[in-house]
Amino acid sequence: MRRSGGQLLTLFSWLAAAFLALVCAGLVIFLVARGWGGLGAGFLFGDGPVWSALAGRRPVFDGIWPSVVGTLQLVAGASLLALPVGILTGIHLSEHPQRPPGRVLRLAVDVLAGVPSIIMGLFGFGMILVLRHTFFKQANTGLLPAMICLALLVLPYLARTTENALQALPESLRLAGPSLGLTTGQSLRRILLPAARPGILSGVLLAVGRVAEDTAVILMTGAVANSGLPGSLTGKFQALPFDIYYLAAEHRGPEDLVRAFATALLLLGLTTALLVAARLILRGMDRREGWNR
Amino acid sequence: MSFFTRFRFETAAAWLTAAAVGAVLLFLLFSVWPLLVSGEILGTLRGGWRPFAAEPSYGIGPMVLVSLLMAGGAVLLAFPLAVGVAMFIHGTGSRRLRGPVQALVAFLTGVPTVVYGFVAVILLVPMMRHLDAGTTGYGLLPAILTLALLILPTMILVLDARLGRQDRLWMQTGLALGMSPGQTLQHVLLPQARGGLVTAMVLGLNRALGDTLVALMVAGNAARLPEGFLDSVRSLTAHIALVLATDTFSPEYRSVAAAALVLFLLTSGLTLGIRYLASSGESA
Repeated sequence: MRRSGGQLLTLFSWLAAAFLALVCAGLVIFLVARGWGGLGAGFLFGDGPVWSALAGRRPVFDGIWPSVVGTLQLVAGASLLALPVGILTGIHLSEHPQRPPGRVLRLAVDVLAGVPSIIMGLFGFGMILVLRHTFFKQANTGLLPAMICLALLVLPYLARTTENALQALPESLRLAGPSLGLTTGQSLRRILLPAARPGILSGVLLAVGRVAEDTAVILMTGAVANSGLPGSLTGKFQALPFDIYYLAAEHRGPEDLVRAFATALLLLGLTTALLVAARLILRGMDRREGWNR
Repeated sequence: MSFFTRFRFETAAAWLTAAAVGAVLLFLLFSVWPLLVSGEILGTLRGGWRPFAAEPSYGIGPMVLVSLLMAGGAVLLAFPLAVGVAMFIHGTGSRRLRGPVQALVAFLTGVPTVVYGFVAVILLVPMMRHLDAGTTGYGLLPAILTLALLILPTMILVLDARLGRQDRLWMQTGLALGMSPGQTLQHVLLPQARGGLVTAMVLGLNRALGDTLVALMVAGNAARLPEGFLDSVRSLTAHIALVLATDTFSPEYRSVAAAALVLFLLTSGLTLGIRYLASSGESA
């Protein structure tokens, strides 16, 4: 009886793994089959000369170039805001865990990591309302509020990956600094941070992927379907994930649908590339130093 | 006192992060405050959503229930599969396939939520329409199925990490005692990793509760109690996304804020629960 139980479990685990492989293959094949034909210069820039679109001299309505630019701007802005604070928070969590506020701060990071992105979006939207009713009447949703909310969203990821990267360093490396007479700060800057750089960098790449794929936040803070290239930090903007969401509900013909498939394929390619890069960096570190594991 | 005398950038940054959490919570409380003061909050939590009726009601009762139903259903479906795949990676599967399966799991964690939603709209919704010709195809069941797929890789990652810590030693011991890999997993490894199982479940639940796009795109968004699995429903997250776009602090806005507060308290509570579990597990 027991033996057959074990065999049943083995059979089930094979079925589960096969199901997983089937889902992956199905997803990729489906997207490629329906979206591959839609990829091309026209997909990005619409009909017309590519260079004028790249330079921003020609508005692009039938291509997704404005969304690509919008997503890149979101990534750049949110990274600029979140990277310093997130990485420094991670350093604090790892290097001063024993201080009394340490426990509170770690709790805050954990809670922040669990906050759904739609709440971050609502937070941004609500803050704009508050501003509008107090001392800044023109406050409106747009690129900058979206960047700030996305930065809040990835802050805890950055803090955690930085903390983990520092914690994974061997004890001998931690002792090297003080034994050479370095201060805590010098040891951190000259020894620990350089050694933890691959781990921190891979965390940054994952955070970038999170910014690029999140839809709920920008849904609430100013993403629209047809704004063209964003004119300023306060302007409305387009973004890749929002385009997919919009086209899924509002496609009016087969060409719209092909565009949605191609956009989904592009976004999936982008996030997968970031994931692979993060893994390669980590693996490179493993091979070079032989620390982790 | 050294805390006040020595300024550190990293400490300042950590406090800034903590302030962000505080700001979000304060903002939600501030938005819901009128409901709390007048005692309407209970009615809002239980009542239905009828903003255009002669006696308008801005309740979120159906959405609370639907969110719990959706997330719970997704976890129930995904959890056995996650355990199965984790077992495959840690013993019952072939050694040669272990790496590729782990790579597939990593790949799935990177798939954007909106892509899951999009594929579900194109593939799953027509299937559902086929199942019952009277419906639109958007509803509770396709949302649960998609969410289950969404949280599956997250749960596998947690289990994989947990089992990976101890599997080789225990597995060898089990094999030496004449047990099969499946039996060793069933009787030794999985009971050992009970904390990991619970963590995986709770993280999956959290992710499913907080997800907006799948619910918004696939569930149909009718703000009422479902009578069947194919009925159109609206989650808390979708409610927040749908009702906005008024530029005043209206009753609709307060209802949305109440939905967000419920969601915040649920997800934070689950997060704190896992933390408690982890800390009590380490000390034992």
